Formats: sequence, structure tokens, C-alpha cells
Amino acid sequence: MKIRSFRGGVHPPEEKITSQKPIQELPLLKKVVIPLSQHTGAPAEPAVKVGDRVKTGQKIGEAQGPISSNIHASISGKVVDISDHPHPLGPPSLAITIESDGRDEHHPSIKHNNDYFRLHPNEIREIVREAGIVGLGGAAFPTHVKLSPPEDKWIDTVILNGCECEPYLTCDHRLMIEKTYEIIQGLKIIAKTLEVTSCYIGIERNKRDAIRAMREEIRNEANMEVVALKTKYPQGSEKQLIKAILNREVPSGGLPLDVGVVVQNVGTALAISEAVKKGSPLIERVVTVTGKGIKNPANLRVRIGTLFQDVIDYCGGFRGRPGKMIMGGPLMGFAQYTTSIPVIKGTTGILVLPEEETEEIREKSCIRCSRCVDVCPVDISPNLIAKYASKDRFDWAREYGALDCMECGICAYVCPAKIPLVQLIKYAKAQLPTKIS
Amino acid sequence: MPQKLVVSVSPHIRIRGNIPRMMWDVIIALIPATIASIYFFGSKAIYIILVTTFSALITEALIQKACKKPVTIFDGSAVVTGILLAFNLPPGIPLWMAGAGGAIAISIGKQAFGGLGHNIFNPALVARTILLISFPVVMTTWSLPRFISFDALTYATPLTALKENSVLTPLKDLFLGNVGGCIGETSALALIIGALYLLLRKHITWHIPFTFIATTGILCWLFGGEELFKGPMLFHILAGGLLLGALFMATDPVTSPTSRSGRMIFGIGCGAITALIRLKGGPPEGVSFSILLMNAFAPLIDRFIRPRKSKVK
Repeated sequence: MKIRSFRGGVHPPEEKITSQKPIQELPLLKKVVIPLSQHTGAPAEPAVKVGDRVKTGQKIGEAQGPISSNIHASISGKVVDISDHPHPLGPPSLAITIESDGRDEHHPSIKHNNDYFRLHPNEIREIVREAGIVGLGGAAFPTHVKLSPPEDKWIDTVILNGCECEPYLTCDHRLMIEKTYEIIQGLKIIAKTLEVTSCYIGIERNKRDAIRAMREEIRNEANMEVVALKTKYPQGSEKQLIKAILNREVPSGGLPLDVGVVVQNVGTALAISEAVKKGSPLIERVVTVTGKGIKNPANLRVRIGTLFQDVIDYCGGFRGRPGKMIMGGPLMGFAQYTTSIPVIKGTTGILVLPEEETEEIREKSCIRCSRCVDVCPVDISPNLIAKYASKDRFDWAREYGALDCMECGICAYVCPAKIPLVQLIKYAKAQLPTKIS
Repeated sequence: MPQKLVVSVSPHIRIRGNIPRMMWDVIIALIPATIASIYFFGSKAIYIILVTTFSALITEALIQKACKKPVTIFDGSAVVTGILLAFNLPPGIPLWMAGAGGAIAISIGKQAFGGLGHNIFNPALVARTILLISFPVVMTTWSLPRFISFDALTYATPLTALKENSVLTPLKDLFLGNVGGCIGETSALALIIGALYLLLRKHITWHIPFTFIATTGILCWLFGGEELFKGPMLFHILAGGLLLGALFMATDPVTSPTSRSGRMIFGIGCGAITALIRLKGGPPEGVSFSILLMNAFAPLIDRFIRPRKSKVK
């Protein structure tokens, strides 16, 4: 059988050193810092005051507007501070600090629903919205929005994304092995909500045990299929995944909705299942703590708001001198300057690269070798866009497809001249709406 | 927080390859043809190669020093230019002329445009063309290889033999390189071995060489004979500088288009001009001119041929 995939892409060293390490629970900590902006869209507004006592799972931040997300307390205790705190994705922003009372008491709103399969789609959407669920693959787009397609869009397929194509990361891989049943329950709930009958689970071929577990789980499901995909970055990108599994092409500037597809990460499906069945909001996630700069790499279930320092300490601390600490994977992740940032809903991993792997890179001039053009999964010309962006010719940057870029970063990864191509393209994209009317 | 962490934009990992590695790979790929040139043309070949290479390196260093730019002679690019220029010179060329060629290639062909990555034309071909125009007799006087055995002894190169005397050189001699010509262009075998290495290392793709060679071959087959479809296709593919040009000169990334379809158009253009000059033009060979002409079109091809036209409104 031909292995399904997309055109372009690269296969960097996988470095999945934690793939055989079962998920461990991070013990309860004294303090969490929960940012009010952990998702795509408007930040939530605080729903508690300093001095309030909160319980685990209690809503402490209220979503603002349609594209936003609720924030919940991940431990029980006392709110000691509401102020700006370093944030992994940008400048310091408003966060709620909770000091633990050590009891981890659950809020009364968390209760099991044994009748969940009778829920109306709109009731499911409301539960998902209330639970503050966002895409757990890293982008953190509010899930209830994805579950509420516009009336005029006909959705016929749900794809669960278990590709995890970034090197190092293994949290989705472990979930697919350890929480197979719950993930499929989540998929069924998503399918019911969207009233679709056709479901696929896309997994890269390097995760054979996960493919086996998933196939075993759905052996009696007529409308579900596990698709083994070529191990290639960025296989886990929505549009590439749709192309690989369904051979449908999302139009430039369009969304998966435009070709009748909704893509959800496997971790998100698990969170949906937990919210609908057990009533528990999104207060924890699995984080892969990895890299040669970590003593004991691990997959950890971590409460949202846990500081990176606490997670790294639990894993034995740094090995040697850390060079870079990255939230996410090595290709799209964000380098951090301090360990006092919290784990947020979109934290797929904490990657620590040792000093020797973070040499300063000297940029040379482009020799037009066109490797970036050859690997680009969206068929644009990164070399030319970067050239125009560096000369502030944004109209030309757009002509060559700057707005189609999904920022996967493989152009910069393969560049022998070490030009920061994706950075220049991001710069062009940021300038485009303002400079050109 | 005792440690200082490095903050930079993603991606945080890069391939290990870089420009010097690419250039040294090209030099490795040129080794078989270098050996063949020494085998067929003797020590003259090695002198020419050494002189052009050192002249290119010294010129690069002097210009970069004079312009107060970092000296980058160890990135291998000047060495590649030097060797490729030598390959395009006749075995009997005086060494001072070869040295002048190396200096011309780097100064006029490359540094005048701003150095590596900025030149429009292939530097080695710029130098060869200037030498050809300045010293036409020397540049078209061919001493024969050492082991010459066939009857066409009196004819200079296979292409002139065909054009002026309608004599076809045996394909075996063409394939191995036992014919007259520029020192690096004669052995098809050695050039193909080197090009396979470059393909394997992914420094070149098939697009330009294939379209270039196929276009020349097909056009010469169509129109190169007494009547249509009677031209000596294999002869035209193996003779002259076609393989050297298509495999090593036209594939120079700096002076060729970046998209796959653009590269194919580039190759077809090179092939068509080569065939046109060979069959209808004055000089017997047209590979250098065809590549230089298409070099001029590369930016234009890149402007109009995109991997995919952006549909964003």
C-alpha cells in the first residue's frame, strides 16, 4: 500500500527519547500561577478576588466574547495574587496565583454524567465551552468554536490528529497508548456533536504501538479508520493531514471547514471525554519534559499553572549547563528566558537543549539552492519572500505567497546559508495587513 | 535562576549542512573528471587546474580585503569556479592566460555583483567567454589526447570534425573521453559519475540536466541529419561540452531558477539554444553561450513561474 502523505516536508532526527516512558503524575505543589490568556482569542477576565478560597476545578476566569476560553483553578487553596506574570508566549500578562491548601478538594460542579450519550449537540458544545477546552496540540484554539461550524458549512469528516510530528515530543503518543478508550470516547462525542459519520485517526508510522492500540480499540467501529502516515514534519499540520488522509486540499486562506473537515488533537479528544463524562474542566495536561539538558526526561501529567522550575526540579533538574529552554517542540516551539513561567493549556513539552546544541548561527548570503522551495509543504518560495521582506517590499512578499505560510519552519531548518527564513516571512505577514490595504 | 538561557526564534534545530560543505561536495564530484583530464591530457591539465584555482582564490581574497569584507576563500566556492573554468579551457592554453581567466571569473563574474549568491552569470563561463573573445585562436586550438587512435586524427574536436568534415567520432571514445576538447569536458563517464554523487547528496536535482540534455538530444536528432529524424542524437549528447555544462554549469544554484518548473524551463531553453548554435550557428559548440543566455533569464523565470500562484486576495 502506498503510504499516505503530502508533498514537501522533512524528516529531522526524531529524538523521541521519552516514547516508552509511561505518563507520571506530578505531585501536588504549593503554588500555581494561572495566566488568563492561554488560548487564541481574547483573554479571560478574573472571576475571583485576592483572598478568595477556591476549589479544584472552580472557574476563576470568565471567557470574553465568542473566541475566548474559561480558566479554572487547577488546585484548591487561596488566591494570593492577581497580577502580571511572565508568560511563555509573550510579554508578562495577567495571571492568578493560587497557594495550595494541600487538600485538592474538587468543586461541587464536577460531577459524573452517566447519561452523557443522550446529550444534545448544543449541550455538548456548552459543556466543552464551560470546561475551557482548547486545542491541546499547541495552538490552543477554543474547541467549542471548532465544534460549532457555521450553518452553511457541511461537515462530513472528523480527523483525530495523533501525528505528533515535532521531534522530541511524546505526550500524544503516550496518551494514545494509555488512554486509548477515553480518546475514542472523545472522538465519538465529537462526531455526535458535528453529526458526522466518517472518522479518521491519523498517526505517523513511527508510533507502531499507538497505531496497534488504536486499531484494536476501534476494531468494531464501522465508521472509524486508523491511518498510518509517513513520518515527516509537518505531518501534524491540519491542512497537510487532510491532504494526506482525504486528498482534499484546503484552499489558500481557507479553513478545514471549507472542505468539510474538523481536525482535533488526540489530547483534546481526551479532554472532551473527561469534561462530558466526568464533568472535569481542563485543569491538567500531559507535558513531555525532554532534551539532553534534562536529567530524567519524562512524560508528566501536570496541573495548569505549574511553574517550569517545579517541573524541571521533579525531573532531576538540568543536566550540565542549559543552553535553551523551549516550550513546545524544536521546530515551532518558543525559547524561554526564565523558568518561572507556568505550564499553560498549550504546553506540549518542555525541551531543554544543552549549551553545546545552541551555538550561535551565522547567517550567510542566499545561494539560491532552493532547498526551502523544495521542502515547503505549502508550495511557496520562502527564499524570495524572505528577500523581499528584508527589503520591506511586502507587496512582493505577498505576491510570492507569504500569507499562505503556516510557519512550520522547515525552510529555516534546511537552509545551508542559515537564513532565518521563517522569521522573515512571519515579519512580512505581520506587516501585511497594515502596509497594504 | 542562575543560568543564562539563550532566546531565539524557532526553529531551534538546523541541518548540519552548510554552504562550505555543499561546495566541497561539488569539488569531490569534480574529482573523477579531474583524473580523466590528467589521464588524457597529461600534466598540462593539472597545471591549468592549479593555476586557475589559485588565481581565483587570490583574486577573491584581494578583492574582499580591499572592500573590507570578511575573506571567505575557504568556503570552497572560488575553488569550484577555478576548477570549472579550467575544465572549459583547451589543453594548449598558456598558463598566464589561464591565470588571467581565474582572476576574470572572480572579479568580473562574481565579486563585481557582490560576491557569492549575487552574481547573475556563471563566473567560470563569463571568464571563458571573455578569453574566447580576446584570444580566439588560442581558445580554439586543440591539442589531441595522448592515446588518440581513430582516423579523425586531423580534426580538432568531435564537433568541428562533424561540422566541417562530416566525420562522426566513435561513441566509445566520446564516452570515455579519448577525444580532443577542453580538458574537463571530454570524458562523459567521469562527468556522469560526479553528477551521480551530486544527485545522491541532493545538491542538484534532475530537472535541469535532464531537460537540457534531452532537449539538445531531441532537437539534434530531429534536425541534425540529412533529413528529419536522422540526426546523430547520442553523438550530440556525448560530444562537446554538453554533459559538463548540463551537469555542472547549468546546475549552479546561484544562476538558475529556484522552482522545479522554472528549472525545467531553464533546461529546455539551454538545450534549445545549444542545438540551435550547433546545427545552424557559426561556432561548432554552443553550450557556454546557451547557459549564459539562460542565466540572464533566470530572474525573469523566477518572477513568472512560481511553485504555486498565491490565491490570497
